[in-house]
Amino acid sequence: MDFLWLVPAFPLAGFLVLAFFGRGLRGRSGGVVGSAAAGLSMAAAIAVSIAFAASGSSGYTLTLWSWFSSGGLASSFAFRLDALSVAMILVVTVVGFLIHLFSIEHMAGEEGYPRFFAYMNLFVSSMLILVLADNLVLLYLGWEGVGLCSYLLIGFWYRDPANGLAARKAFIVTRVGDVSLLVGIFLVAQSLGSFGIQESAQRALASWPVGSPTAIWAAALILGGALGKSAQLPLQTWLPDAMAGPSPVSALIHAATMVTAGVYLVARTHVIFSLAPPVLLAVGVIGAATLVVAGASAVVQTDIKRVLAYSTMSQIGYMFLALGVGAWTGAIFHLVTHAFFKSLLFLAAGVIINALHHEHDIRRMGGLSKRMPFVFWVFLIGAFGLTALPPVSSGFASKDGILAAVWESGDYWLWIAGLVGVFLTSLYTFRLLFLVFGDRARDGRARDGRARDGLDAAGHGEEGPLPTHAGMAVPLAILAVLCLFGGLLDFPSFLGGVPFLSAFLGGALPFSAAGGASGTEALLSAISLAVTLAGIPFGRMLARRSAEALRAGRSEPGFGAFLKKGWLFDSAYAFLFQRPFEWIARINRRDIVDRASEGFGAANLSLSLVLRRSQTGRIRLYVAALALGAALIVAAAVFL
Amino acid sequence: MNPALLVSGLIAVAATILVIVQRNAVHALLYLIVSLFALAVSMLILGASFAAALEIVVYAGAILVLFVFVVMMVGAASSTFKPSAWILPALLGAALLAELVYVSLGRPAGQAGGAASVAPKAVGMALFGPYLLGSEIAAFLLLSGLVGAFRLARRDEPPSAEAGKEQSR
Amino acid sequence: MTIQATDFGLAVAAIIFAAGLVGLLVRRNMLFMLLCTEIMLNAAGFAFIVAGASWASAQGQVMFIFLLAVAAAEVAVGLALVVFLFGKGKSLELDSIVSGEER
Repeated sequence: MDFLWLVPAFPLAGFLVLAFFGRGLRGRSGGVVGSAAAGLSMAAAIAVSIAFAASGSSGYTLTLWSWFSSGGLASSFAFRLDALSVAMILVVTVVGFLIHLFSIEHMAGEEGYPRFFAYMNLFVSSMLILVLADNLVLLYLGWEGVGLCSYLLIGFWYRDPANGLAARKAFIVTRVGDVSLLVGIFLVAQSLGSFGIQESAQRALASWPVGSPTAIWAAALILGGALGKSAQLPLQTWLPDAMAGPSPVSALIHAATMVTAGVYLVARTHVIFSLAPPVLLAVGVIGAATLVVAGASAVVQTDIKRVLAYSTMSQIGYMFLALGVGAWTGAIFHLVTHAFFKSLLFLAAGVIINALHHEHDIRRMGGLSKRMPFVFWVFLIGAFGLTALPPVSSGFASKDGILAAVWESGDYWLWIAGLVGVFLTSLYTFRLLFLVFGDRARDGRARDGRARDGLDAAGHGEEGPLPTHAGMAVPLAILAVLCLFGGLLDFPSFLGGVPFLSAFLGGALPFSAAGGASGTEALLSAISLAVTLAGIPFGRMLARRSAEALRAGRSEPGFGAFLKKGWLFDSAYAFLFQRPFEWIARINRRDIVDRASEGFGAANLSLSLVLRRSQTGRIRLYVAALALGAALIVAAAVFL
Repeated sequence: MNPALLVSGLIAVAATILVIVQRNAVHALLYLIVSLFALAVSMLILGASFAAALEIVVYAGAILVLFVFVVMMVGAASSTFKPSAWILPALLGAALLAELVYVSLGRPAGQAGGAASVAPKAVGMALFGPYLLGSEIAAFLLLSGLVGAFRLARRDEPPSAEAGKEQSR
Repeated sequence: MTIQATDFGLAVAAIIFAAGLVGLLVRRNMLFMLLCTEIMLNAAGFAFIVAGASWASAQGQVMFIFLLAVAAAEVAVGLALVVFLFGKGKSLELDSIVSGEER
């Protein structure tokens, strides 16, 4: 396991190569280099995971070198390998490699092709550093790195200023969370005297009583950081706009890995959270709230990627919900399965968008089931995973596991919220499916449902297949397989599965099986299944409604507009923060600080102007002044 | 104190005050000469015979005579001024005078009490002894004054010299 | 009490000095102003003499001699200036000298 360092080193090397020599690379070479780096990282990750599993130890630390050490606090470049980080590196590298492969073909012909892969490699490297970090400072290094790469990749097509705005928005909103996390790290270090994750956990258990203010503060601050990166309430406004980036970026960063960094963070520091029950409850509540809010917003979106973005927000809400009730392993399991099906959905959406010549509006799509059958099938598999339809979807196992754990914890309101979320998920997923792939004539979308004359949204002829390039199809197929069978990792026991993943993760996280009677579990699963199925006809109805609205030229009614704009969070933040800030900037246009320093010069100038008036050239005045001065000086010398 | 000192001092003061209120320049000059003579007498009484002689010879005899010459050449200017113009200068002068008197009367008196005479020989020894540098510099000063006065008061060049310069160009 | 010779001498010097100062402030004609300057210098010199006599030291007279040299040089240059201005036809009133008015 000594070669653990190779896992983040390969993508970093790929980044350096592409950064320095990328400009000279022609054709697909940049993509090949980037994917090779990702592939080597994946190979190393698999190898190290096998070695770890074989060794049977519960944790292994590889210290590379000491970063700094001063005043009792030290941080080193040390990587920790335990069950949790093994799971994470496998997810990151496998999904990352598949997305890299996909992008070779998908981003072909784009300006800045090598730059894209350089950024992607840097991202993968940073993410790996984040999940492998042994101490909080190194974790923060990876944290910042992924934030940077997210900014760079969202604004990849920088020539359009709107993309730059979206990138900045993402950066600034997550920055709020980052500051919170940083303060939390400082609090932990100051209170416990160490940056190391394992050490601080042990010391916290020893020195912080349950519910102590320090623990609550630390956990709350760390939670703040997690909320920012994972796009949960109230720091969620950046994720829908982040869809301005290319689809592989959305798949990798904003579905599978970066947004799950928050979940990882909470799981990693679970000791601190378990010492602060109010914060843990907040985690669950925020998760539940987000999943309902985001799910509702997803139902009325018209941009295919925004539907998926809100869906991501909602699913991460599920993970937070699981963390909140103490189902640590359940949350990680859902993280894994979500990575599979969400990235699959995003990549498929990317294929669709490109095939239809950058058409994003789902109401203008339709009939793609006949024209793009392969994409249809993989999208369907991903959708099944998302809606957790048994038995062949991984989402089924993970989501039901979470709901069962929530039920077990006894907080029934949260469970109801989760169930509402299930319904909403089904709604928006099937609405999406019907709008994108459904047969138009049957859905009542005749030719006049489109904007142009006789042509479909792509400007193509009405019929005609849209083939998918093999370079993109293969990764999609692999992901689909993972989607289908990923659930086997932790299949519910009442259906005969073995909880492999939970047992494995139990090495690093408190094992929390949904240990209720299997009968209860089965009942719960049946309920959520029924809810999901009930969503299908409603989804179809909504699809038809949206199509009709487009044809009739109607815009969304009031409540729909509210939902579509993400519950007006953007407007609220603009009012609360942007306007005062702009107001301050406006009144400070002639900068106060500048004026203070200029003031010296200005004062001198006015003083000299005043004094200049005394140079009259009238000699008698000078003589009088001399005499007066003499009198004064003598007086001063004598009397003072 | 010698009564002659008192008398000559008073004469000097009176003459000076008359100088500054005169309209006619020549009259003012003459009054000033009187004042200088009175001061020279005071110096004699105080025992500074060399200084008294110099006062008469240089100050009254050279400087003021020069003034007289210039006044003759330029024309006795009679300047008029309003009486109200005296107020502020008078106040200022009075203030300064009061301060000077206050300062000078408070000083401890020298051990000689004010009537020891200093021989010219002692002055000469001091002048060319410790104060030699000062003497030389005074000589320089006088030279520069000479050159400056010469240059300033020179009339324009005679026509023949200018014509000669133009031809030789 | 009797007035000491030193005190009287210094008082005389002070009065003459003040008189010269007042004259300098009041007068406008350049000749008069030069005259008043001479008065002031003379008064200062007299003060030096008095002080030297009081301490029975030659330094008072030495200082007086230097003062004489200064006054002489200054008068020479000043009067030369007056002559020069007069020769150029300018006025000698002090306020007009600055602006260079004609006589």
